[in-house]
Amino acid sequence: MSQDIIAPMQRPKSRTSLRGLVPWVVFAAALLLLPVFFSGNSTAFTLLNVIGINIVFALSYNMLLGQGGMLSFGHAVFFGLGSYAAMHAMIAIDEASYAGEGFWAHVPVLGMPLVGMIAGGLVALVLGWPFCRRAGTAFAMITLGLGEMVAAAGQMFPSLFGGEAGIYGNRMVGPQWFGLELAQSSDVYWFIAFWTFAAVFAMWAFTRTPLGRLSNAVRDNPDRLQFIGYPPRNVRFMIFIASGAFGGLAGGMAAVNYEIITPEALGLIPSGLALLMAAVGGLGVFYGPIVGAVVVTLMNSMLSDYTDASILYVGLVFLAIVMFAPRGLGGGIEQVRVAWREGELGQRLPGWLSGALAVGMIIVGLVVLVELTFQITHGDDEFAHVFGVDFDAASLWGWLTVVVLLVAGGLIKRATNKLREGQE
Amino acid sequence: MSALSIKGLTKSFGPAEVICGVDLDVADNEVHAVIGPNGAGKSTFFNLLSGAFAPTDGEIYLHGDRINGLSPDKIQQRGLSRSFQVSNVFGNLSVYENLRCACFKQAHSGYVFWRPASKVRAANQRAEEVLEMIGLQELRDVPAGALPYASQRALEIGMTIACDASVVLLDEPTAGMSNTETTQAINLIRQVAEGRTLMIVEHDMGVVFELADRISVLVYGKIIATGKPEEIRNDPRVKEAYLGEEAA
Repeated sequence: MSQDIIAPMQRPKSRTSLRGLVPWVVFAAALLLLPVFFSGNSTAFTLLNVIGINIVFALSYNMLLGQGGMLSFGHAVFFGLGSYAAMHAMIAIDEASYAGEGFWAHVPVLGMPLVGMIAGGLVALVLGWPFCRRAGTAFAMITLGLGEMVAAAGQMFPSLFGGEAGIYGNRMVGPQWFGLELAQSSDVYWFIAFWTFAAVFAMWAFTRTPLGRLSNAVRDNPDRLQFIGYPPRNVRFMIFIASGAFGGLAGGMAAVNYEIITPEALGLIPSGLALLMAAVGGLGVFYGPIVGAVVVTLMNSMLSDYTDASILYVGLVFLAIVMFAPRGLGGGIEQVRVAWREGELGQRLPGWLSGALAVGMIIVGLVVLVELTFQITHGDDEFAHVFGVDFDAASLWGWLTVVVLLVAGGLIKRATNKLREGQE
Repeated sequence: MSALSIKGLTKSFGPAEVICGVDLDVADNEVHAVIGPNGAGKSTFFNLLSGAFAPTDGEIYLHGDRINGLSPDKIQQRGLSRSFQVSNVFGNLSVYENLRCACFKQAHSGYVFWRPASKVRAANQRAEEVLEMIGLQELRDVPAGALPYASQRALEIGMTIACDASVVLLDEPTAGMSNTETTQAINLIRQVAEGRTLMIVEHDMGVVFELADRISVLVYGKIIATGKPEEIRNDPRVKEAYLGEEAA
């Protein structure tokens, strides 16, 4: 793991506890006020619910990568198995309430994330020990294998995993708490909002505990850790369990939200999504993965309304961030904040803006290029529409625009780099 | 009972024998320096004592308990702590956090995840103490990786003594320091040595003769002489090893 990707910003400690409360109040207020803005808009609530789940998923992943320095390609195993456990619990609640007796008849569906959390934590506890001997490439390879293995097992045991079709349940069963019926996506929102807030707070609090600090220590320098009395493997193992538990919690939220879970949720694609969200948002800032989850989820769901190449663009944004802003969006926000406080914002802003302009131009150029190519290969429309402008692939102008944007973007980027070097 | 007792310690890497049967007793509260030409095996010697490498043969006793073959964390728990020749800190963590992490073991709180680190009194108290001792209060919130060289060396020593070990091994603590910095480092090491057993590998003979109660000379994996500083200074074998045969 390269140092500058995860390096946190230098930040003097503020000792006033009241100031530390501000982000939490803002976060809670946002969660409470969002329904007011989107009242009656069920599409928006559906999207908000997915965002909530992804925030918890991305943050739990960053416990491994950003905090603990462990690059995993199998995090969806915990998400998926947590989701399966919660789904089986929901089915048990359904059956028990129908029979009117038994333990599960008294369990509310609202508690399913806890079932997922226990399942995710247990799976990590059982599987994790052999994995945590080494970080780095060995760990990445092993988790990749784990993900593939569990996803394959998902197809092989249909009674547990439901085969390719998966298993489904009904969230409107069992005891109802707080009068929350969980019928509409706007009801489910309150369930998601509560668990998102609780999980984000718990994961933040974890970073402040001794184990949270040691997880940063094992990331920075596992060799030295031994000589202050802690075997790196033990520390990694405990992070692995905690991260698996919170991944499972996100899975439990997903079980209630979607009411269906398929073995696909265990595989490489959702594992990659966790990595994507965390990296786009920034691994070195606690709230980075939250930003990443919001941005990536929005892009995934909204871009497809405008273009067939939406997945390509998500990849493009990922590339741009990894190459030009390796600390991610969160790292960028943090940099601006530090510059603001040090009174250097006026001095640094022109460089940042021209850098952003350059990257923006390159991206737009690439988008036009992709859309033009798309129009040629399977265009049923005469023009390629990009940001309200029509481009005709048959005429030279569209292609010329691409070249101009790319070249100009590249030149501005070079000039910006020179300017920055001069400043440092 | 001696703090460290080493008998017939041997380490080979393949056919190359780097440490060849070292015997040494270090008394309680002694400051013992290990000197020798480059490639004599001084760092390997420390790596064996601290558990970084397992010895090929021989015994190491810490306060009478056999420790060879134990992992570094187990040896640290038994009260032997070491510093590194090349600064070996947690680069992204602040100076204070580095020290506090080094204090968790003694406070039995490293695996705690239900309580903030700021509430672990013993660790915070000790971290503050050490911070003051190494004189880095001004730099407490700076990431350790961004420290100036001498401060990083001081932090290195701070992390080594944070756990209050009874035996401390310092590997070239003043390497690469200016004269003023070396003087400060010597003062710090003196403070560290109080009430502890200290072993120190050092190239700077000024530092060695100033600090050490006894000196061992390690040449090609063997201790050729052990004794008080003046004995070592006048030992013809040592002169030979350092200055070549003609001078002897």
